[in-house]
Amino acid sequence: MAWTISRFANPGRFLQLSGKLLPWCGALALLLMLVGLYLAFFVAPADYQQGEAVRIMYLHVPAAWMSLNLYLFLALASAVALVAKHPLADVAAQAAAPVGAAFTFVCLVSGSLWGRPMWGTWWVWDARLTSVLVLFFLYLGYIALVDAFDDPGRGARAAALLAIVGVVNLPIIKFSVDWWNTLHQPASVLRMGGPAIYVSMLVPLLVMTAGFTMLSAALLLLRMRTLLFERGARALRINAAAVEPAALASEGALSGVKG
Amino acid sequence: MSGPAAFLAMGGYARFVWPAYGTGFIVLGGLVLRSWLRYRASRQALEALDRGERARERAG
Repeated sequence: MAWTISRFANPGRFLQLSGKLLPWCGALALLLMLVGLYLAFFVAPADYQQGEAVRIMYLHVPAAWMSLNLYLFLALASAVALVAKHPLADVAAQAAAPVGAAFTFVCLVSGSLWGRPMWGTWWVWDARLTSVLVLFFLYLGYIALVDAFDDPGRGARAAALLAIVGVVNLPIIKFSVDWWNTLHQPASVLRMGGPAIYVSMLVPLLVMTAGFTMLSAALLLLRMRTLLFERGARALRINAAAVEPAALASEGALSGVKG
Repeated sequence: MSGPAAFLAMGGYARFVWPAYGTGFIVLGGLVLRSWLRYRASRQALEALDRGERARERAG
């Protein structure tokens, strides 16, 4: 098991594998999102209370789920980077942060645009909205910390620590709607007793979520490859043959470049 | 009102629904575009460096 993981976690092999996977992830993401949008706008019914405004849900909820999942990924990759010092873990974490921040931003803006007609306000400082705003700032803090030091290793370590500490925010976000009485409605899909939502609304929600998941995977692979190429180029410039990333720029990396 | 006009009106919620999806499109599309441009630049830079390295090896 450990052997398999380290085999695929080898940067050279990762570049080869990700080069093959990337076009498929991208194509699948596009297809799923188009089908999801079609279902959301032409198949899903208008809500009997919310009317057509409910269609914001098919963007807002999948974006919110992605913001949580990507943060969990960021924190796990950071933990692996700190504990196991694996060369790909840092790269994975740094590649994930902007993607998570983007989904969190989309979640906040679409939520605000949904809240205005339904609650009568753009924003309220309740537990759910505030904890998601904190999540957004955690992403931004992580991105800023990575670049805050002259020594990239120190920046990565400080950022990884922030990412791990920030995990405490995830259960707060998830359960905030149960712990505090707020304007935000409680969970209706991932809850005890099964989803409390019609299939005609659940299916577009899940298709959009699958599309966003594939989009995240494609972006993650693309950004990880970018970071590895940039590291390889840096190592070549220094021209230190003994430094590990230089090996990356040799055979394994370049077969990945072409792949 | 029917057809495309009714669809665009979103039952009176057009000014909430379309900006929401517009934001999603711009933010996610922008991220894809930026990520792709940076990817292409990093790949080209590495390939150019590698060509230089090989040329030096042949010369030396």
